[in-house]
Amino acid sequence: MSTPLTREQKVTHLLNRISFGPTRAEAERVQRMGFRAYLDEQLQPDSIADPEVEEKVAGLKTMRLNSRELFELYPPPKQANQQPMMAAEMLGPRQVILELQLARLLRAVYSRRQLYELMVDFWSNHFNIFAGKGADRWLTTGYDRDTIRPHALGRFRDLLRATAESPAMLFYLDNWLSAGADSGASRFAANNRKRGLNENYARELMELHTLGVDGGYTQKDVQEVARCFTGWTLRQPQQRGEFVFDPRIHDSGEKIVLGTRIANGGVEDGLKVLDLLASHASTAKFIATKLARRFFADDPPASIVNQAAETFRQSNGDIRAVLRTIIDSPEFFSAEVYRAKVKKPLEYVASALRATGAETRITHQLLRYLGRMGEPLFLAQPPTGYPDRGASWVSPDMLLTRMNFAADLVANRLEGTRVQADTLRDTDGFIKLIAPDSLSAPTRAALAETAGKDALALLMAAPEFHRR
Amino acid sequence: MNRSRRSFLKSSGMGFLALGLAPSFLVRAAGAQQKARGKTLVVVFQRGGMDGLNVVIPFKDRAYYQLRPSIGVAEPAAGEDRAIDLDGFYALHPALAPLKSIYDKGHLALVHACGSPDATRSHFDAQDYMEIGTPGIKSTPDGWLNRCLGENATNNAPFRGVAMSAQTPRILVGLRQVLTVSSVDEFRLRNAAMGGALQQLYANSADPLFRQGGNSLFESMAQLKTIESRIPASSTSYPGGAFAGSLKQIARLVKSDLGLEIAFTEIGGWDTHVAEGGATGQLANRSKEFAAGLAAFYQDLGDRMDDVMLVTLSEFGRTARENGNRGTDHGHANVMFVMGGKVRGGKVYGRWPGLAPEVLYEGRDLDLTTDFRSVCAEAISRHLGVKDLTKVFPNFRAMNPLGIVA
Repeated sequence: MSTPLTREQKVTHLLNRISFGPTRAEAERVQRMGFRAYLDEQLQPDSIADPEVEEKVAGLKTMRLNSRELFELYPPPKQANQQPMMAAEMLGPRQVILELQLARLLRAVYSRRQLYELMVDFWSNHFNIFAGKGADRWLTTGYDRDTIRPHALGRFRDLLRATAESPAMLFYLDNWLSAGADSGASRFAANNRKRGLNENYARELMELHTLGVDGGYTQKDVQEVARCFTGWTLRQPQQRGEFVFDPRIHDSGEKIVLGTRIANGGVEDGLKVLDLLASHASTAKFIATKLARRFFADDPPASIVNQAAETFRQSNGDIRAVLRTIIDSPEFFSAEVYRAKVKKPLEYVASALRATGAETRITHQLLRYLGRMGEPLFLAQPPTGYPDRGASWVSPDMLLTRMNFAADLVANRLEGTRVQADTLRDTDGFIKLIAPDSLSAPTRAALAETAGKDALALLMAAPEFHRR
Repeated sequence: MNRSRRSFLKSSGMGFLALGLAPSFLVRAAGAQQKARGKTLVVVFQRGGMDGLNVVIPFKDRAYYQLRPSIGVAEPAAGEDRAIDLDGFYALHPALAPLKSIYDKGHLALVHACGSPDATRSHFDAQDYMEIGTPGIKSTPDGWLNRCLGENATNNAPFRGVAMSAQTPRILVGLRQVLTVSSVDEFRLRNAAMGGALQQLYANSADPLFRQGGNSLFESMAQLKTIESRIPASSTSYPGGAFAGSLKQIARLVKSDLGLEIAFTEIGGWDTHVAEGGATGQLANRSKEFAAGLAAFYQDLGDRMDDVMLVTLSEFGRTARENGNRGTDHGHANVMFVMGGKVRGGKVYGRWPGLAPEVLYEGRDLDLTTDFRSVCAEAISRHLGVKDLTKVFPNFRAMNPLGIVA
């Protein structure tokens, strides 16, 4: 058995895992309240007043607008200009995506509902969409606000349905174009791109959203699920982007999904599939594994995964209950789990701003840094979202960008971001916060040769701080 | 060769020795420099969907001028703003004039009616499919250029695969480590004074993931530094702009013999829905920048073009018929450029499907007669020597070899 964690290490560990990194104030709060009471509070975000960050977010106008208003106020640029395509295409909607990104980082740094916010980030990746794809440039705001956020700590079944009905997902995975073979699609095919069955959503629904790739479905199931979801489409994707069920393109024939006969026809077919998938044992296992990977380790122990899956089944997919099983386990506070995870760029940048107590307006420059570290927010192209495995985040250029970010932060070279002088001087206090009694020998040796505020830059550039 | 190894040790070795690094590291780095001139594949992605029909113009196809009354480029003849005849059937857009002499020398080949067989007209999906190399299958986790590195594990140089872009493009994402640099000049520590301490810290770290990442980072930075001292400044003048700038840096990496096998860069702005222009205008401006960059790259590398092959990709072509805004919308088949000293150039490859209404793809676009993977497969097997193509392009079998690489 390895040495048990000290109390200070446990505080740092808990805050590294259920928040975007420790701040001095939160570390004191955990000390005062105790671990379990602090976790309980974080699991009830509605009980935590959070006016400061919501006021900051409210300053971002697009966050309040619906997709129709966004289409109207931020139309696509009329003419492709001389700039590269991405920039040109995003000129109008660019602002919409920018504000989403700013809000995500603002909340990661400043929200007091930290566990809730990192679960929003978790589900955003689990149910990934790409904000740069066509109409999704205007649909992602609503996806974040109305689809993911209301259910981030709720029931998995509700979250799954919300994503299935979300215009952003219907557009991203092309289900809005999917039409039954014998449906009336051909009658209005001349000006319609709905050419036939599209399996994209059906496949990712099972592979990535619920059962997992080895969850026990076949290609035939993919086709059958796709048939069930024909007719789940969008009204005016580029002007309004509203979910609508269109019976004219629905395949109302009988389907067999995972051995279950579905023969109602209509919108019920898709809902029945969601029920089947949400209550499937493979889904419990798959979601439990991903959550244990987020909170425990890249390859979490089978015992934890099994317990979490059992909780998922017994609680009918209560996300809160599953989190409690994982975090409130004896193994959680062990030396093997301490710093076992590598921070994603969002976690890295937010934790640096939090640990230094930086006052920041959150600017475009910070977002650019996130992009160069490999995590431009809301812009993961593949349906897998951003990876949650350490090896994905340690390439030479990503490391260099992190080192440069740390240097810029302590030199107060980041626009709109300020670290106080006494924080920069207090190396010991900083170490106590981020790595109490747990700096490696090489880091200590390097620190001994580093003077002044460079010490903090060095600490944030060291492997210890890239981990959580 | 001995001279270059010595000068490397001299220019950067002392610093490392002073830091107490293992000598094996130095030997390895110097060894990588000694390597014989390797082969390099450069892939240029033209994002936005280039209008291949106005770039390599089928001026003898009568339908072309009927379909494009306001944006069609006038057929070759004496005078300004005329297309440049290639073979009596196809002609180059006048903005591509700098490429004509390369074509004539036999170092530039074109492939028409070529692209991804998937029907999608979404930029995102079409680019994605072209980059993961499995059109129609979204779940492929890695890009085909990254898989290509995996199949050709001949060297371990940190510069085997380089993307000249702000973020690693999907085409290079995968298990093999690649270097993404928006500019070689920016690939350095903002606080240089901390370099020594950080390098040592990472080299001695007990955390294998970060020790490896850190060593690779500092090795790359050291090698890049040597480029400046070892590679004479290019005498070729490149045009301004990010695209030419990235080609210039790729040329520098090629000439420095750092083991560069795959380089990637991109040029956007091809999404010409509105006011595309004919011989002049939007597409012409974009083509001019593209051609000037390629021509400068060719001239800069000179004989080294024997070791280099440059291939272009663009997610789809555009509608055969111009739209109501004097532009074109998202279409299907397109044109690919293949440039290199060992390219069998001076020829437009690919079967021409025609532009008559009844042969257009879905009644509106140029039909596809060559899969882009046929061209890429030849490039990586004949030029880079990749043996197992099924690992790079699973479920794909090229029908007829084009014979585009000598």
